[in-house]
Amino acid sequence: MFLAALTACAISALLVLARIVLGKTTFDRVLAVNSLGTIIVIGIALHGFYANRPEFLDIAIVYALINFIGTVAILKLFSTGSFKGNKK
Amino acid sequence: MDLFTDLLTGLFFFLGSLSIIIGACGLIKLPDVFSRIHAAGMIDTGGTAFFVLGMIMQSGWSLITVKLLLIGIFIFFTSPVTSHVTANLAREKGMVPVGKKIGKLL
Repeated sequence: MFLAALTACAISALLVLARIVLGKTTFDRVLAVNSLGTIIVIGIALHGFYANRPEFLDIAIVYALINFIGTVAILKLFSTGSFKGNKK
Repeated sequence: MDLFTDLLTGLFFFLGSLSIIIGACGLIKLPDVFSRIHAAGMIDTGGTAFFVLGMIMQSGWSLITVKLLLIGIFIFFTSPVTSHVTANLAREKGMVPVGKKIGKLL
């Protein structure tokens, strides 16, 4: 059961990776990287259950936090050109 | 009772797998950033919610349940923030949705 769910995660991760490679604009790539991070979070949690080691959930929590912060930071850098201040 | 829990887990995993695969196909197929946000939101909300529910069915009542709920609630609240920031910045940088003209509403 967990192996089937992990397979579905792998298939959708490959499709999202194709969008990251093919994407025309920066926003496509940022959106696809965020979705890939969500799929990886689900995959880490599923692998923790599959290998009977639920300590992997801590890594999944940290990955979710870093995914959100990284996405917002990349968009802010692309918007204003620096990480500080409101406007350039 | 054990069989019932396993069946419910299988159902939730099936729905979650369907949700993330449909979301990934939409991310490939849809023509624009503004419509691809819909597919990304489907991966975030549907996939995460169903997978977390299925794993909660397997874990029972323990600390693992609290961690799973933490992951689910965090992704459930940060996915709309990311989508909104992306759409707002894309519109600010001058992108227009496919099939729309710049008028009063845009």
